[in-house]
Amino acid sequence: MAEEKIGVYVCHCGTNIAGKVDVEELTRWAAEQPNVTVAREYKYMCSDPGQELIKKDIEEHGITRAVVAACSPTMHEPTFRKAAADGGLNPFLLQMANIREHCSWVTEDRDAATEKSKRILGAQIHRLPLNESLEPIEVPMNPNVLVVGGGIAGIEASLKLAQAGKKVYLVERDPSIGGHMAMFDKTFPTLDCAACILTPKMSAAGKDPNIEMLAYSEVTEVDGYVGNFKVKVRKKPRYVDIDKCTGCGLCTEACVVRKVPSEFDQGLSKRSAAYIPFPQAVPLKATLDPEKCLTLTGRKCKQPCVAACGPEAIDFDQKEEIVELEVGAIIMATGFQLWDPTPETRYGYGTHDDVITSLEFERISNASGPTGGHIVCKNGQPPKSVAILHCVGSRDDNHQEFCSRVCCMYSLKFSHLIKEHLPETEVYECYIDMRCAGKGYEEFYERLMDENVHFIRGRAAEVSYIGLSEAEEGRLVVKVEDTLLGITRRLPVDMVILSSGLSPRDDAKETAQIFGFGCSANGFYLERHPKLEPVSTVTDGIFIAGACQYPKDIPDTVAQAGAAAAGALALVDNATVKIEPTIAYIDPEKCSGCHICVGLCPHSAIRYNEEKGVAEVIEAACKGCGVCVASCGSGVPQQRGYLDDQIFAEIEGAMAAS
Amino acid sequence: MKYLYYPGCSAEATGKAYDISTRVLMEKLGVGLVELPDWNCCGATSYFSVRELDSFAIAARNMAIAQEMGEREICVICNACYTSLAKANRYMAEDPKVFEAVNGALGAVGRSYDGQVKIRHIMDILINDIGLEAIEERVTRRLTGIRVAPYYGCQFSRPMGAFDDVQFPTTMDRLFQTMGADVITDWDAKTDCCGGMMMLTKRDGALRLCHELLTAARQYKADVVVAACPLCEMNLEGYQRQVNQAYGTDFDIPVLYFTQLAGLALGADPKQLAIDKQVVSCDPVLAAIPA
Repeated sequence: MAEEKIGVYVCHCGTNIAGKVDVEELTRWAAEQPNVTVAREYKYMCSDPGQELIKKDIEEHGITRAVVAACSPTMHEPTFRKAAADGGLNPFLLQMANIREHCSWVTEDRDAATEKSKRILGAQIHRLPLNESLEPIEVPMNPNVLVVGGGIAGIEASLKLAQAGKKVYLVERDPSIGGHMAMFDKTFPTLDCAACILTPKMSAAGKDPNIEMLAYSEVTEVDGYVGNFKVKVRKKPRYVDIDKCTGCGLCTEACVVRKVPSEFDQGLSKRSAAYIPFPQAVPLKATLDPEKCLTLTGRKCKQPCVAACGPEAIDFDQKEEIVELEVGAIIMATGFQLWDPTPETRYGYGTHDDVITSLEFERISNASGPTGGHIVCKNGQPPKSVAILHCVGSRDDNHQEFCSRVCCMYSLKFSHLIKEHLPETEVYECYIDMRCAGKGYEEFYERLMDENVHFIRGRAAEVSYIGLSEAEEGRLVVKVEDTLLGITRRLPVDMVILSSGLSPRDDAKETAQIFGFGCSANGFYLERHPKLEPVSTVTDGIFIAGACQYPKDIPDTVAQAGAAAAGALALVDNATVKIEPTIAYIDPEKCSGCHICVGLCPHSAIRYNEEKGVAEVIEAACKGCGVCVASCGSGVPQQRGYLDDQIFAEIEGAMAAS
Repeated sequence: MKYLYYPGCSAEATGKAYDISTRVLMEKLGVGLVELPDWNCCGATSYFSVRELDSFAIAARNMAIAQEMGEREICVICNACYTSLAKANRYMAEDPKVFEAVNGALGAVGRSYDGQVKIRHIMDILINDIGLEAIEERVTRRLTGIRVAPYYGCQFSRPMGAFDDVQFPTTMDRLFQTMGADVITDWDAKTDCCGGMMMLTKRDGALRLCHELLTAARQYKADVVVAACPLCEMNLEGYQRQVNQAYGTDFDIPVLYFTQLAGLALGADPKQLAIDKQVVSCDPVLAAIPA
């Protein structure tokens, strides 16, 4: 091995590292290690002057390898490798020693932290002479983008990409795009009508020649890597030929199964087994419900839908179809679901009439909803008083610990709508804190106080039917501690709206798994960095937008959708994509052709060469996960950058230090 | 089937009927009860509010005796005893410091406790060990004709919910449905507080809570309220007259231990179950149940 000249760069990270690790001592110690030519410390190594130190040393001291003792490689390895490359060094000859996350942040004792930092750094110094120069693998970029989820986030991202001339596949699980926003009446705080601002976008997405819509479809498999994803989409059978269907709705009227609770109306109205979820649906096509349609469930039916359909679009023999797509980037916009308040038995949801969820109220107050926009109780009468209970399922150790961010504002909107429709009706908002952070939000809260809504600071204890006085008899009674007055109150009301929090989708975890990224502890999709990469995931080329990442309102969702679209565009607008060269290779001289790795590779990146009788790595498909390396009985597959002797050298370095 | 049985202090005094009817009920079910020898007070709700660690030690002394006998379970009838004993177990399991301190205290009287004696509520045993089917087989007098308000109280399933839903328990509902009664299954008041010890320290507060509960019972047209705790039973029944005085009401609602009513269904004589000793007469209830 030729004599190497190693440069060591110890970062203070302000006090993040220097507060626990004696960085001067670490640097002094590093300078004495074998092969080390220079050892420096700096307050912020990732800053321009910090990076400049490395470049200058390469030029002036002929540094041939470098190690930066700083934060996690997931944070700044790309930064420093680029600095090394700028200085003329192969980027893979630079290593990171993580003395922040692995040391200063998790060690209480200063001496112990310093000692540990030496071992972490020593490991890298010891392995560096064995590092090899590697060149990134360059493959062609597929310019198409897949958008998963057709709510406002997915629609917005699709439109932006289409506008940039990119081909977009928009996959939606339901029969129509539109998501939750399509169900809302008004939007806070400006009170624009949700439909008026959403439906033009839905229709634009439906008509855009660059957007191929796959509604009533789900992604079942994702393979490949950034720039070249292979995606399988299951198109569920609608039992209606969408090329023929005109969306006239005659089949829905002809259908004899008429009592199916409408998903779109939160079960408050009924639809037929042949249905179009709502009048502004995109695509405006009918669907036959496979669980309710008499013919499809093997029961007798005269099939009046067939007779009613002019263009003969009904097709009971339609089968599901698997569509294979190839895309360069993916945007996840799968949204949220409302937290189901049934487990919060003290509020009586499901057992007491007129205890409803926020989404049910959205439909009740909506002009195209089940009551034609009249705010009424189950008996058809307008409520004389309404209580809106905040934080249902939210900020609660028993359910969801987090704040759902939108509920205070939509509750205020509800109060306004009730006051607007029924000026004589008393409205009580039982809140823990009013969280009205957003443009025009606090002003909206002020406005509602002027509209004579009663704000009671206290989380409601229970909703019961037990009336202790004439005023309470036959009504719902909300028990709540008014923490401003220090008394408990009993509020007799006719309607209780539960401002439920937002939850991750039930299948969020499985979905994330299909796409190869993770979820946070609260179940929402995990972003690559909470501050600086909020729309990226750990998987290159896969972005997230909207409430699938965390509860957020429409403005934030639209902003994030734009950011995700820009992220995807910045990627697919390139002709090629560079793939990390730290992938596996198999020495054909040593491989016995046993096939074990072929079956184990999760990315189908190993093929068996019949002619030579050996396994081969498909470089463009390998993700460098190391499964083949670990599984081979003879230790033949090796992963570049993580060779056995490099790892052993690291271990030796860690053991030998100080 | 045989259980080590912890009656608790109340069951020797104001709640004597709970103890009597429990023994009768279990005998009817062919289940033996062996009283825990030399048991002591569980500490109830007040002690752990004042001196938490000490309260765990005195609770654990009971479990230590059971452990010495080679027993692994104790059957408890009072909600407060149940929660106090189970709480001691839980804190000992979760915090090694508590475990050590409790054993230090027990050591002073020559005992020790490994934390492994399970505290079982009698309802848990009825539902999960004996089972509703076996109970139904032994019902000789179906409780048709009476409307029952199942009153669980605060500490039946809260906070641990070991065998029933924390917020909305249903085991008692199911027991009496099995016995043919018309059970008020949507009774909002089922876990509301009766005032507990406040009846002695802040009477107006406790009377207000009892008034609320009795109003709820009347509103749902209950013929009888059944309780699973001596304090609940005493507050609701024994203080009904005071509630009436304070609120100008005319409540005359029979309140029974659930073991008393269940004993009736299994063919025990009302006298045997001490039903004749109740403050509010249960004659209308007895008359309504077909013989």
